[in-house]
Parts: sequence; structure tokens; C-alpha cells
Amino acid sequence: MSYMKKSPWIMHYDASSCNGCDIEVLACLTPLYDVERFGIINTGNPKHTDIFVVTGGINEQNRAVVKNIYDQIPEPKVVVAVGICATSGGVFRECYNIMGGIDKIIPVDVYVPGCAARPESIIDGIVTALGVLEKKRQLMKEPAGKTDVTGGEKK
Amino acid sequence: MSRKIVIPFGPQHPVLPEPIHLDLVLEDETVVEAVPSIGYVHRGLETLITKREYPEYVYIAERTCGICSFIHGMTYCQGIEQIMGVEVPDRAHYLRTIWSEYSRLHSHLLWLGLFADGMGFENLFMNCWRQRETVLDVLEETTGGRVIQGSCKVGGVRKDIPAATLERMLSDLDPFEIKLKELADIFLHDDSVIHRTKGVGILPPDEAYALGAVGPTGRGSGVAIDMRMTGYAAYGKLNFTPVVENDGDCYSRCAVRVKELFTSIDLIRQAIRQIPEGETEVKVKGNPDGEYFSRSEQPRGELVHYVKGNGTKHIVRSRIRTPTLTNIPPLVKMMQGCELADVPVIVLSIDPCIGCMER
Ligand code: SF4
Repeated sequence: MSYMKKSPWIMHYDASSCNGCDIEVLACLTPLYDVERFGIINTGNPKHTDIFVVTGGINEQNRAVVKNIYDQIPEPKVVVAVGICATSGGVFRECYNIMGGIDKIIPVDVYVPGCAARPESIIDGIVTALGVLEKKRQLMKEPAGKTDVTGGEKK
Repeated sequence: MSRKIVIPFGPQHPVLPEPIHLDLVLEDETVVEAVPSIGYVHRGLETLITKREYPEYVYIAERTCGICSFIHGMTYCQGIEQIMGVEVPDRAHYLRTIWSEYSRLHSHLLWLGLFADGMGFENLFMNCWRQRETVLDVLEETTGGRVIQGSCKVGGVRKDIPAATLERMLSDLDPFEIKLKELADIFLHDDSVIHRTKGVGILPPDEAYALGAVGPTGRGSGVAIDMRMTGYAAYGKLNFTPVVENDGDCYSRCAVRVKELFTSIDLIRQAIRQIPEGETEVKVKGNPDGEYFSRSEQPRGELVHYVKGNGTKHIVRSRIRTPTLTNIPPLVKMMQGCELADVPVIVLSIDPCIGCMER
């Protein structure tokens, strides 16, 4: 991945996080970390999204919302699970309303560890996601039926 | 009379970092009614208290909300300490106060940024968050965590701050305060901010009181309730008056928070100057038997942690009432009769913390 043809836009959705990871995702966009200088913009519109960043685990009420947003994002798309909540349910995994990490309902490509995940690791996760995105884009150019483009890569 | 239409707002919406859903009933451009529905972030973490030992639950309590995490942990600890009659050393009280006020600074700056973003004032958003990093640096240096601190424990605090660091924190506050004054000037006097906020989303004082508004939402409507006045931790030994504004609009609520930034700085200064030497924790033996309502002032208002123990390691019941939940009825009231375009500003003006609210 030497350079990208298009600036990747991210969309952030708070599934059922405690806010700790959310504000760290936002902190990445603001002056100290400032990923916007690389053209990474946080958009509110799934139709403009390349990278879907999810924090927090899945519960009864938000599973349909997460699935719906995921379905609205055009291919190729990459999902990044930020924080241990999004990865496995984390500290809340024994709660009655938590079904587990977001990979229970949508395929996840990159897992970012931490509780709360540090901005540095979130940025690292997004950079890894860029590689996955580029790979998926390449695969889409191949003749239909040769490879499964939806299959993600675990890191 | 024109036809009524219903517009959904959320749970995923560009101005909201967190999911809350509102059904807005509109007549032309005017909102006649707002019907909130919640539950998108509900985890049910109160039940975890029966599965964890009471000293461990502090970490869960902190993860009720990542923004005011320290205050959650502290309020829970205070509850347990009261049940068990633990005398927390003075130095720990002061350290808790210092960290609480730093949390308030970071929370208010975060909110001011989001509020500016909600009005479309991107530049101001970035500037608020730039200043916020200064606060996070202090929190990280003294507790080890940026947003989840984990430095409070039943019986005191886990870490001490060395005298040299306290000195430096004190001297660092001066340049920081100057930066905040610049920000405050924009929030209080800039034309674009005033246009978007003055006279928008009015909550009259009697309604605010009747509907149970707490924190800056209440204080922006002249309800002078501030839990810090009860003197928990070291607040009883420090000097301050709650900030109150009387107009009850978005501008007042914003002004309360802007002015509270300086109250917090002042409180930190006083606390650092007065902090006594000594132990930072006491050994806690035995198990809690009894119940207690522990209250404290979060950046968003009054927080209540109810804990009930039965003499075993596991608490039988925990109940957390967070300020955002009590501020939802006032929010619904504020939105009646507002313009659709003002909805984001009004929703943000109560500083909604959904993660906290739904636990
Ligand atoms: S991983 Fe930790 S900090 Fe992040 S949302 Fe979950 S509980 Fe909060």
C-alpha cells in the first residue's frame, strides 16, 4: 500500500460502548492526532463510508441498527472493531443484554485491543484497515466468481 | 392547520456521537412533540455486581461512562465506605477532588467542542479538543489512564501524586487558564454562537425544577443545585459558589459550563495548595452490610449510586441513577415549539451521555 487512490472516509457507530472508546476515536480526528490531514474524514453517511468503525458490543436493541448500517455501506468496505467491548463483549460480556462482540452479526476485518483503546492503537487499526480495503478493491476487479470478496482477514 | 409528519432523528445521526432515537412530530418546520426512545446502549451492568466482589466492582462502575469514569468509581467507593464506616485519609479525599475536577474540565471541554460542532463551528470544535488534551495529559501522568483512570479504590486511592508533580500541575494551570479564557470569549461573545443559541430551547425555572433538571441543565435555568455543596470528598474545605444563569436557553446552559471551567481550575488550585501530607489509603477489612445512597456531582449533574450489601463479598443490589436520565424530560419540554434546524443544538445542550444513561 504505497498510496491510495481515494481518501478513506470512516463512519463511527457507538453500539453499546461506555463512551471511553468513542471519545478516543474522536480524539484521533482532533489536533493532537489529527488523521484528517491524511484525508480521513468522519462522515455521518453510510453511503460515503469506506471504513466502518464500531465501538461497544451488540445488544438486543442495536443489532438491527448495526446490520442495517453495514448493509448500506457500498463494497468494498472494511469493519474495524475498536476496544475489547466490540471485540468480545469485554467487561460487559456477562451482562444479560450483551450478546458479545460485533463479529456476532457482521464480519470484522480488524480488531483493536484496549479498554479504552488508545488513539495510537486506533490509528494503527485504521492503517491496517487501509491495507485490507486496498486488497478488497483489487479483488473486486477480478472476474466474478473467482474469489470471495466479502471474506475478511483477521489480524 | 397543516398536516403533521413524523421525522426520525437517530439512533445514528451525524451530530450525535451516541445513539438516541427521537421521533419528531412536525408541523411545517416546527416541532410540536418529541418522543424519545432509548435502550440502544443498555448493557445491564448493574447485575454484574452480583458476580464480582465488591472491591472489583469499582472497575465496572468506572465503565458506566468513559467520560466521567473517575467520578463514577469514586461515588461507588464512597457508598461502600459509608456502609462499612471506613475513615478515608484526608490526602485521599483531596486527591479524589483534584481528579474529579480534572475530569470535569475534560468533560466540559469535550462537550463545548461537540456543541460547537453541532452548530457547524468546526474550528472551535478543534480548538476545544486541543485544550482538552492538556487535561488528559495530566490525568494520564497521574493516574495512568487517559479516559478510564482506575485510580480510586475502596478505602482511598491507588496512587499518590508526588509533591513536585503537584507543583508543576499548579504552575501549568496559569497558561492553561489563559487559553481557556480565549475559548470562553468566543463562546460567550461570538455572534455566530449567540445567533444559534440565544433564545433557543427555553426551559423556564419552575419547569426545570418540576421536571427534575440537574447539573448545568438545571443551573442554566436558575435552579442552584450542586451536589458539591454537600461537601463530599474535600469539597467541604474548599471555597466556591455554583454557577447559575437565569435565561434557561441553550446560551445559558453553555455559559454555565464555560464558567464552570474556571471554577474547576480554582478548585484544583485550592486543593493543591491545601493538600495535607499522609497516607492515601486505609486497609479495608470485612464485608459491607447495609445500604447507602451515595451522591456526587458529575459534569452533567447529580449522580446517585445506591448499594446494598448483606455481609458477604458480593453486593446484592446496585442502582445507578445518572444525570442524563433525569435531564431527558426537560429536554422533551425544551423541544416543543422549536425549529427543526435547532434540534441538534438543543439535544446537545443538555450534554447527553447515553452510555451513562442506559448503563
Ligand atoms: S472497551 Fe472499555 S473503554 Fe471501550 S467501550 Fe468497552 S468498556 Fe468502554
